Amino acid sequence: MSPHLSPELGVWVAAALTLCIFSFLYRENPFYRFAEHLFVGVSAGYYIVLNFWTVLVANLWDPLAAAFNRPQGSPFAAHLGDYRAFLLLPALFGLLLFSRFVPRFAWVARWSLAVIIGVYAGLKTTGFAQGDFVAQVHGSIQPLWTGHWGSSINAWIFTIGLVASLLFFYFSREHKGALGSASRVGVYFLMISFGAGYGYTVMSRISLLIGRFQFLLFDWLGLR
Amino acid sequence: MSLAAFFERLDRRWIYVIMALMVLVPLLWPLNLPLEPSPPVRAYHDVIAALSPGSTVLMSCDFDPASRPELEPMTRTTLRQLFRQHCKVVVVVLYPGGARLVDEIVQEVARENRQVEGVDYVNLGYKAGNEAVMVLMGQSIAGTFPRDYNGRDVTGLPIMQSVRNYSSCALLVSLSVGYPGTKEYVQQVQGRFHIPVIGGVTAVSAPTLYPYLQTGQLSGMLGGMAGAAEYEDLRFERGMASRGMDAQSLAHLFIVLCIVLGNLAQWERKWKETA
Repeated sequence: MSPHLSPELGVWVAAALTLCIFSFLYRENPFYRFAEHLFVGVSAGYYIVLNFWTVLVANLWDPLAAAFNRPQGSPFAAHLGDYRAFLLLPALFGLLLFSRFVPRFAWVARWSLAVIIGVYAGLKTTGFAQGDFVAQVHGSIQPLWTGHWGSSINAWIFTIGLVASLLFFYFSREHKGALGSASRVGVYFLMISFGAGYGYTVMSRISLLIGRFQFLLFDWLGLR
Repeated sequence: MSLAAFFERLDRRWIYVIMALMVLVPLLWPLNLPLEPSPPVRAYHDVIAALSPGSTVLMSCDFDPASRPELEPMTRTTLRQLFRQHCKVVVVVLYPGGARLVDEIVQEVARENRQVEGVDYVNLGYKAGNEAVMVLMGQSIAGTFPRDYNGRDVTGLPIMQSVRNYSSCALLVSLSVGYPGTKEYVQQVQGRFHIPVIGGVTAVSAPTLYPYLQTGQLSGMLGGMAGAAEYEDLRFERGMASRGMDAQSLAHLFIVLCIVLGNLAQWERKWKETA
């Protein structure tokens, strides 16, 4: 196993910045600060440029320019199925958001926010109703005897866990007696789910570390 | 010295050093620990395997470089399986920072499998709007993405001649890091447009998707690097995820050891306080 250092400048810059960030594990230092500030600045610039070209130009400017450069007829050609000129309306709502910079007219921004909140509330409500509420309630109603011991035990564990966890979140009565016992069982189920969530989170974070080490070892140092 | 006192005096940097070794050593000298594909991973693989040649698959790659180690291997393996089954692949991106990275991966795997851009596959690039874009694609994919990643009019591309909306697609593959992603596709698209959905997600978001797997709303799932490695194993590939799994296993063992020792130290302290 011998090193074959990468000839690419970009790989060297990325490797140097990775080592700068890792240096924080030893202690706070100027190299870490430099990499951190550089990342924040570059990210901000990158996302501004990205949003300008992929949102403003692609979704607003180009369709508007095409609509107003129609060879014939009015740009407002909804009767022909061309709604592009009506993008002036969302553009206006977008501009109104900037009225918050002028305190006297700040209230106008609420119109835009009302549209954004209204649209997303509608989308989320229908999505939640279809994808979560109805389908999950339907999926939770299971036969407790399936004809096989293994799946039947699973169904019992699932049903007990579901009912006990729901009872834990019932706050209209003090958790004493039968309700207290059931909610305590619910806590155990919740703890197991938190443990599984923690395990998955650890796996995700270790994956990121592995990804960086693979980059340093294989892409930068060329150890194969 | 008691265990609790030892841990209180221990410089945490020793833990970092041991963790680094646990990851570095198996990357350099693989242990080749066994992998057993789990049922959600098998289901993910089998759903794609059941597609007939020529089927159109919509692939939403909603991730950025931050989640590359987990999602890039599963993206590559999924594309390879789809191309080898002669499926037409339409790629979209709903995550702002991921369009360039996704395009690099798609082009590389397509070159490797001798696929023709615009005929066998197309990358429609990024579109802002999250759930609104998902719902709009139900009306018209070409209307939602009038131009592909390279700025070409999509109506002129051969692959798009047979693609109208979700009803033109045999499968939706969602590879996502978070919002918007697989959860939103299940909520907005699976129930409404009746298209089978499979997902590849980061390990952090995998637990939130198991309920959808249980109800069948999600037909298969890859969870994190482990899911990607199991999928590679099913495809007889030895990719970045498989090569990282030895390190993953050793790092997990070390974390479990730390948790056990930390708890023992706490019990010891409590026992001494009460004694």
